[in-house]
Amino acid sequence: MSGLIFWLFSIAPPESVIVRDNPNDQGQAVVITWSHPQPKSVLGYRLFRSDEPDKDFAPITSELLTKNDYLDTDSLLRNGKEYYYFVRAYSLSDSADSPVSGPVVPQAQWFNTGRVNVLILTIFISAIFIYYILLARRGKMMFIRKISGLDAIDDALGRATEMGKPILFSFGLGYITDMVVIAALPLLRRIARKAAEYAVRLIVPNSDPIVMTAAQETVKEAYTEAGRPDLYNQDNISFLTSDQFGYAAGVDGIILREKPGAIFWLGYFYAESLIMAETGHTTGAIQLAGTTETTQLPFFVAACDYTMIGEEIYAASCYLKPEPVMLGTIKGEDFIKLVLIVLITAFVLLGTAGAKIPVFERVFTAIVNWFTPPT
Amino acid sequence: MLKRNIPLLIVLFTALLLIVAFFIPHKPFGDLESRFLNWYAIISGFTFLLGLDSLTRHHLLKVIRKEKGWFYSLLLVLSLFATLGLGLYSWVRFASPFALRAPFMWLYKYMIIPLQATMFATLAFFIFSAAYRAFRIRNLGASLLLIAACLVMLGNVPLGSSIWQGISQFIHLIFPKTDPDALKRVELFALIKDWLMAIPQAAAGRGIGIGLALGGIAMSLRIILGIERTYLSS
Repeated sequence: MSGLIFWLFSIAPPESVIVRDNPNDQGQAVVITWSHPQPKSVLGYRLFRSDEPDKDFAPITSELLTKNDYLDTDSLLRNGKEYYYFVRAYSLSDSADSPVSGPVVPQAQWFNTGRVNVLILTIFISAIFIYYILLARRGKMMFIRKISGLDAIDDALGRATEMGKPILFSFGLGYITDMVVIAALPLLRRIARKAAEYAVRLIVPNSDPIVMTAAQETVKEAYTEAGRPDLYNQDNISFLTSDQFGYAAGVDGIILREKPGAIFWLGYFYAESLIMAETGHTTGAIQLAGTTETTQLPFFVAACDYTMIGEEIYAASCYLKPEPVMLGTIKGEDFIKLVLIVLITAFVLLGTAGAKIPVFERVFTAIVNWFTPPT
Repeated sequence: MLKRNIPLLIVLFTALLLIVAFFIPHKPFGDLESRFLNWYAIISGFTFLLGLDSLTRHHLLKVIRKEKGWFYSLLLVLSLFATLGLGLYSWVRFASPFALRAPFMWLYKYMIIPLQATMFATLAFFIFSAAYRAFRIRNLGASLLLIAACLVMLGNVPLGSSIWQGISQFIHLIFPKTDPDALKRVELFALIKDWLMAIPQAAAGRGIGIGLALGGIAMSLRIILGIERTYLSS
């Protein structure tokens, strides 16, 4: 009787255990796959690993696995070292071990094949940009469309000067590693230069000390360029706090106390954007905003007089200092946009036709898969 | 010359190294990005001293000069050092400033969190005042925006569902052949909201997103090739 019960509840060992190096990594991961002849009677699996084929096996998973594959990314794994694995299957009252598999050697690769698509696109896009830069170097004249947000800078500065009020500039919660902050620095330089020429006070509250240092340097240079280094006051470009709403409260306080005539919101903003911009609006300041954060754009559009949308802030330095080579990159951007419009239209047609014609469906799926990053 | 060219060379070299590292997982390239980020974290940690210096100097000067609102500056400096002191005391006494019984945690729980919540709560009022101005019917674009916003709001709240139940009964009264239960199940406002968010809104968002990505690439290339130098003192 006990033999029958044992037979009923016993479990077969996992089969076809395959261990292989995880591709496209730094040699610190192993992929293990297996199958089981009685999947319904299995509660779960546990994996064991050792660097010896016959001893010192230790479990590498604390909880039971319910899938039949596992990616071992343990930080203890070493590039170029041999490892052995076995899988233990558990039923209600029994467990069974697979034979030991291995050795497997995690190895670092010299090229990430999963990023071939990125490499091809990088080469293609860079080639177009470089072509247009070279074209500009040869003297080809480039045209850039009017960006009203940037044209409004001088109006805003003029108005603040006429009213005898200061100017406020904020990078938001951006760090110096954010592209939009680097893109806003030339705008600060331009604004600081004009502020120095008109002898208007420029206030720049910061949420990051590195951005503050960069802003101080930029403003100082601009004041020197304008021939008014005497007007530069480092205390006007100060640090507030890196806390999101603390920063908003601090900036609101400055707006309400100083009543700036013009406010520039150029950088990286989160939910605090509307709190600050609405406070600016209540004081009657002319406000100009630009951010790459698409979720904050509607807030700025609603609260500010001018808003730079999307890549307009990236084009600012080219627009303000229209050197042919700088404009070349904008032209390159426009050409790639044209290519993308053509490609998107073609893919929409291909995908739509694929619903009726299987060969189009296969081509469409292949293209989508090529663009989809590997998981 | 050196002041301009050496930073440009550092930028070019670092950028090329990171681009190469993106495609090569093998050492020494594979973990370069995380190494650089660690360096940045260490440097930015130290720069907070600059921030502290700027903040205290700015407010202490206001206090010393008795400028307008000097009392608030004094309060800020005192709060800053009280927080720092409590943090250090909690760290020594309770092994962590965020220990449950630590005085710093009390400060965090009963001062900082309510203050943050208050600031965030004001956002609702600001949304209302901004929406009032944005949705005023001035032209065709603003009118479309108003209609779309109303439909999205109705699709998101239970009130929209209740209104649709009433409308569906009204439709059934006019067209008796229609099935009232089937009409109620349609949830028209929710359907319109889903369509608005998934089609026109997503299309506009993607358009801006593509522009941003290309603008970012163009900007990066200008910086890497040394065409864009306005971020340097040159």
